[in-house]
Amino acid sequence: MQVKLKDKITFVTLIIISSITILVLLCILGYIILKGWNNIDIMKMIPPIIATLYMIVIGLGIAAPLGIGAAIYLNEYAKQGRFVRSIRFATESLAAVPSILFGLFGMMFFLTTLKLGFSILSGALTISMMVLPTMVKTTEEALKTVPVSYREGSLALGASKFATIAKVVLPSALPGILTGVVLGTGRIVGETAAIYLTAGTMFKLPTSPMDTGRTLAVHLYLLAKEGISFAEAYGTALVLLIVILFLNLCTYYIGGKLNKSKAK
Amino acid sequence: MNNIISIKDLSFYYSDFEALKNINLDVVEKEVLAFIGPSGCGKSTLLRIVNRMSDLAENPKVKGSITFHDQEIFDIDTIELRKKIGMVFQKPNPFPMSIYDNISYGPRMQGIKKKSELDEIVEDSLKKAAIWDEVKDKLRKNAISVSGGQQQRICIARSIAMRPEVLLMDEPTSALDPISTSKMEDLISELKKQYTIVIVTHNMQQAARISDRTAFFLLGEVIEVGDTRTIFNLPKEKKTEDYITGRFG
Amino acid sequence: MKIIFWLCAAIMIIVITFMGAYIIIGGLPFFSHTNIISFLLGKKWNPSGEIFGIFPMLITSIYSTIGATFIGVIIGISTAIVLVEILPSKIAKVFSAGIDLLAGIPSVIYGFWGLVVMVPIINKFWGGKGAGSSLLAAILILSIMILPTIIRMTEVSLRAVPIEYKEAALGLGASKLQYIFNVQIGAAKSGIMAGIVLGIGRALGETMAVILVSGNAAIIPKSLVDPVRTLTANIAIEMGYASGVHQQALFATGMVLFALIMFINFFLTKFLKSAERRNGNASKA
Repeated sequence: MQVKLKDKITFVTLIIISSITILVLLCILGYIILKGWNNIDIMKMIPPIIATLYMIVIGLGIAAPLGIGAAIYLNEYAKQGRFVRSIRFATESLAAVPSILFGLFGMMFFLTTLKLGFSILSGALTISMMVLPTMVKTTEEALKTVPVSYREGSLALGASKFATIAKVVLPSALPGILTGVVLGTGRIVGETAAIYLTAGTMFKLPTSPMDTGRTLAVHLYLLAKEGISFAEAYGTALVLLIVILFLNLCTYYIGGKLNKSKAK
Repeated sequence: MNNIISIKDLSFYYSDFEALKNINLDVVEKEVLAFIGPSGCGKSTLLRIVNRMSDLAENPKVKGSITFHDQEIFDIDTIELRKKIGMVFQKPNPFPMSIYDNISYGPRMQGIKKKSELDEIVEDSLKKAAIWDEVKDKLRKNAISVSGGQQQRICIARSIAMRPEVLLMDEPTSALDPISTSKMEDLISELKKQYTIVIVTHNMQQAARISDRTAFFLLGEVIEVGDTRTIFNLPKEKKTEDYITGRFG
Repeated sequence: MKIIFWLCAAIMIIVITFMGAYIIIGGLPFFSHTNIISFLLGKKWNPSGEIFGIFPMLITSIYSTIGATFIGVIIGISTAIVLVEILPSKIAKVFSAGIDLLAGIPSVIYGFWGLVVMVPIINKFWGGKGAGSSLLAAILILSIMILPTIIRMTEVSLRAVPIEYKEAALGLGASKLQYIFNVQIGAAKSGIMAGIVLGIGRALGETMAVILVSGNAAIIPKSLVDPVRTLTANIAIEMGYASGVHQQALFATGMVLFALIMFINFFLTKFLKSAERRNGNASKA
């Protein structure tokens, strides 16, 4: 009977504590939705949106091929040894570095040393470094889910290793790789510190990657810090939230497709 | 009939383990040669050496000679070799693509792009694999959605589409139900009119049913090889007799 | 083709090495100006007077991380337990999706929300020199931010515990909660710890959200409602206009931050491994 009482107390405590999580989520979402709903001024948000799109395309354009290539090497070609271990260590370390340090590096190296100045390009180069480990990890996981028998079947037909990878392994691993791309996009959309220090803070419509501009997240940060127009800030926050929600839905969709194809 | 493959004094090691010892064996053109023997005695290992899938093993070392049309296999380009010597695996492994794409995978790799040519090859291969009638209306369907027996025949058709001379089959029916197995055995008897077939099987009755000659393996060596009827009725070696009569294995 | 892939992999090593070297080279000269002890323990941060002591920021980062981790672990593990063992699966799926959403919310939004909701509340109930912008606000916001990480890792680890353990425990007459606390969590320990380490890393490295809610005064906090500044905030705020020694000081701050994170990662992982060896590997990896 003692146990039953103890259990009941524990149970209730657990429920109460974990409902804090849901409460917080609802609080944040609710507040932003309610206050941002009337304040979405798309016209004012176009420059940051364009800047963000530039950042995503260029950032992923660099990180995705490199990350996928590295993962292919690790999973399909490499033999266990010092080189592989150093690559994994490097990847883990890169993933552990806080974004501000990337901003620090980006500001000194891309901005100053390479003389790219405050620009979308500086920001994209910096953010690609941050997204690289994600791409490598998710691609590797995706490659691991491809059964060895597919590779054997292809090789036995006289295909070269590269053809096997290109025509059988990669297509099969595509959903997982796409998930990585979506995750990377989410990271880029939400990143502030590193971009703040490299792409700049001017509110203008970037017309080329060498232009400066602020992304949506940086825009929100500056609106909040300046404290002038909270209304605009709420609107921006809501837009950001919607983008993240959309990206989350994408991962579920891709995940669902993945499960369907493995169903047999 | 010629010996299309000749194996002389072949020993094979992987990770310092001697998996095959002094194998001497010939494969005759357009015959069905069965490898029988208890688990782990080297049948599949030898089979995989013939199309050099053995290269994928851990630290593989080969001693001795194995020739295809009198050319040392290890001197031939792997990719070219595998185009002429196809393999069907124990567990059917069609690619997660349409049936059509599975069959046309090989020909497309060889540079055949014209749809009419590919259509012809796909139809021809599926007919030869005795599955054309069953799938001709669902060529776009994903190959992994059909039954195991059909998947296996699709894999055979996929290999046939490469126009090989030899088909290596590694226990092709062990994952199939009895009806599919019997269909497969009929298919093999048909296929041998055009292809040389080497088949590894755990099922002695199957070997007796479909093969012309049989090789009995034990612990990495070939104990006896010969005409199937002779092996099963009047084996020369005691070990062969013991295995066949079920005293072990 | 193998070469191309090899190059892609090698880039990872090149990037981290280059970056590490750059930051070190940027920061090392600083230590000829101020020695490392005065830097770490110096209580005054006055760039224009060329006095660089990061102790206030260091202690703030440490306090906020410890506070956030403490709260995050309690709420996070409880939530994960409820999610995995108590909730019916349909509700659990919705819950899980909610947590995924929480995980994806950018840190600016947390910061902004903290600024417009939490800071005024703290101000109303506790006041403080920062009018609500405080260490407390930083701790609370950070704990919310690391919640999803801890929940997810704990959830995965709990699910990975073989069901045979549960059957054995229940078969011996244990209650479900007894099983969870006496067996399951122990078996899931390494995964849970890994989640906590990740959370700690995130809390230490968070910048923008903290800037928005913590008040950014470079002082040693004497109470929870004092305005404070973390190591990360220090770098972000001043990097835009720093030069010369000041800039070097910020690089040096970055080095300290990185060292701190690596230190924690390294020691916690080592501690984990030895704990696992002592307990004889109760969990299946």
